[in-house]
Amino acid sequence: MLKIDNLHASVEDKAILRGINLEVKAGEVHAIMGPNGSGKSTLASVIAGKEEYEVQDGEIILEGENIDELAAEERAHKGIFLSFQYPVEIPGVSVTNFMKTAINETRKARGLEDMPAKDMLKMIREKSELLEIDRKFLSRSLNEGFSGGEKKRNEIFQMAMLEPKLAILDETDSGLDIDALRIVANGVNKLKSKDNAVVVITHYQRLLDYIVPDYVHVLYNGRIVKSGTKELAKELEEKGYDWIKEEVNA
Amino acid sequence: MKPKITKLETFQEMELKDKLASSFLAFENQIDIDSYVHDIRSEAFKTFEDKGFPSKKEEAWKYTSLNSILKEDYSVFPKQENALTYPDVKKYFIHEIDSYKIVFIDGKYSSHLSQTTHEGIDVCLMSSALNKPKYRLIIENYFNKAATNDSLPSLNTAFSNEGAYIHIPKNKLVEKPIQIIHFSTGSEAAQLLQPRNLIVVDENSHVQIIERHQSLTDNPVLTNSVTEIFGRKRAIVDYYKIQNDNLNASLIDNTFIDQKQNSHISVHTFSFGGKLTRNNLNFYQNGERIDSTLKGITIIGDKQHVDHSTLVHHIEPNCESHQDYKGIFGDKATGVFNGKVVVEKEAQRTNAFQANNNILLNDKATINTKPQLEIFADDVKCSHGCTIGQLDESAMFYLRSRGIPEKEAKALLMYAFANNVLESVKIPEIKQRINKIIANKLGVNIGFDL
Ligand SMILES: Nc1ncnc2c1ncn2[C@@H]1O[C@H](COP(=O)(O)OP(=O)(O)O)[C@@H](O)[C@H]1O
Ligand SMILES: [Mg+2]
Repeated sequence: MLKIDNLHASVEDKAILRGINLEVKAGEVHAIMGPNGSGKSTLASVIAGKEEYEVQDGEIILEGENIDELAAEERAHKGIFLSFQYPVEIPGVSVTNFMKTAINETRKARGLEDMPAKDMLKMIREKSELLEIDRKFLSRSLNEGFSGGEKKRNEIFQMAMLEPKLAILDETDSGLDIDALRIVANGVNKLKSKDNAVVVITHYQRLLDYIVPDYVHVLYNGRIVKSGTKELAKELEEKGYDWIKEEVNA
Repeated sequence: MKPKITKLETFQEMELKDKLASSFLAFENQIDIDSYVHDIRSEAFKTFEDKGFPSKKEEAWKYTSLNSILKEDYSVFPKQENALTYPDVKKYFIHEIDSYKIVFIDGKYSSHLSQTTHEGIDVCLMSSALNKPKYRLIIENYFNKAATNDSLPSLNTAFSNEGAYIHIPKNKLVEKPIQIIHFSTGSEAAQLLQPRNLIVVDENSHVQIIERHQSLTDNPVLTNSVTEIFGRKRAIVDYYKIQNDNLNASLIDNTFIDQKQNSHISVHTFSFGGKLTRNNLNFYQNGERIDSTLKGITIIGDKQHVDHSTLVHHIEPNCESHQDYKGIFGDKATGVFNGKVVVEKEAQRTNAFQANNNILLNDKATINTKPQLEIFADDVKCSHGCTIGQLDESAMFYLRSRGIPEKEAKALLMYAFANNVLESVKIPEIKQRINKIIANKLGVNIGFDL
């Protein structure tokens, strides 16, 4: 599904990603862990097409196609979804209107008609129930005044609405209490299938108890320095990152 | 004695002034010189001749130059009468609602397109109000009583003859909004229009008015309009100006509003079109517990220019004013917001709010925003704030990452930035129309309705 080959990216001449290699196949769940500032969010943003970052070298291949030249919206149309670490507050645009616009623009790009209003409402109802989101929420301005947890839940609601092929969840668990974590993880698991894939960026094992990864990678200083199975996440939880840093620096 | 200011006039300005002088003579010959307004007109023309067209040397016109529009060879009176059929121009009306209509084609009243009334209220023509004895009292009490003698209002006064005349006697809730629309057909190579409106709303009455100027061809049009609105005790007036004219049409709108105690008057100005638009919007609060609302959305591009020059004169205690103007400027568009608030010494416990927020879409667009507060009372709450910014890049990426293309994402953000101005619009069909105009203007096909 996704193949990243020797990816180098920088911002304002500062190198952040320094040769990332990663392959994610359909049906898989990958976890990316690593110390703060190591480049996890940058990797997520570069995959999603944030123009601020300059890709100097390497390739991002989605289902056999190099997506390097594609705009963020075109990547979304191809099925990439990023759950933001810090969702942006947009006063004046309601959650519902935003979702309608996003879905219909995506459909348009895929050569489909607008979704009939009735179907849209039904889908909004179903997905908001799945994530236990209060209906009142949906007429509020996007993320404006939402608590940290509400923002994250809203991200996964959007994911549920857009049904992406590749979802990247950037610290979706931070700011969630244990109940919200369960709801969000349950939502993600419901959307999982053999045809899509999930990349989970997290610091904590507790999310991985719910969304069980097939592979765990450690990103440090712009490179994936270690990969393993879910056991690696447990080890990191116990021992922290220092031993990895030592290994790398040795 | 002040020295007389001599100013340099361009050749075109002199030519236009000469033409106006001879037109004024011809105009005076045709009309009744015994009319009450005759002296007012003559006086006004003298004032205009003395003052001439405003120039950038004057503080109030520092950022708006009329040079580019005064160079046209305008006809002052159209040579022929022109007709339009309703289907041709329906789209310029808020046709989804039942309304009174006062419609002009090239400055001449179109009875065919209009729907006036004398049943309980007068919704009719300035020309009849100026000539018929039964309106004489209102004309004597109100005509030219709120307008200032600045040069362009004076020029309008000199030629004042036609426009809308609206008188709502006391205790009337006028259910149907009134639409005032001016069409220009382009039958003249260039046309000067000077509509003159008088609106008197007596005690406890309520009326809603929609005004629009629409040129139907690319021939240059310059409209120098004066509207005087008088709101008596507890009157409520909601006025909507929809400015979406084509790129060869310019508008100088001079609106003067005189409010008495407990009256509430709001003016919403939606400026999307036109070559040059200057909105001189003046509120005078002559009573206590008055509420004045001035709101606007400006979205322009190309080389368009929109100037909002507002004045709220707080004269008596316990009054409020609310100003909220949003502007979005693309291409080489230029904007001006000059908001003056005067609070007289007697006007204690005034609440005056003013906000002007702007987005510049590129570095060629400009906005000059200048609040001017002159506060002589000590117990007042006044706030003002102006901002100039760009579209938020992180918000753009957020929207685009959800599949909303760049153009649509920009449009959504611009709309979101401006739309709180629409919250106080009381006629849903106007909101819908504004939404549609904005979508067209931004070249997108998305529903903004929340
Ligand atoms: N837009 C930016 N401008 C400047 N520096 C940035 C920008 N984005 C990220 N960085 C820097 O890149 C490094 C990696 O950041 P980030 O990807 O957010 O790390 P992580 O998500 O792993 O904590 C940090 O040093 C951060 O300060
Ligand atoms: Mg991060």
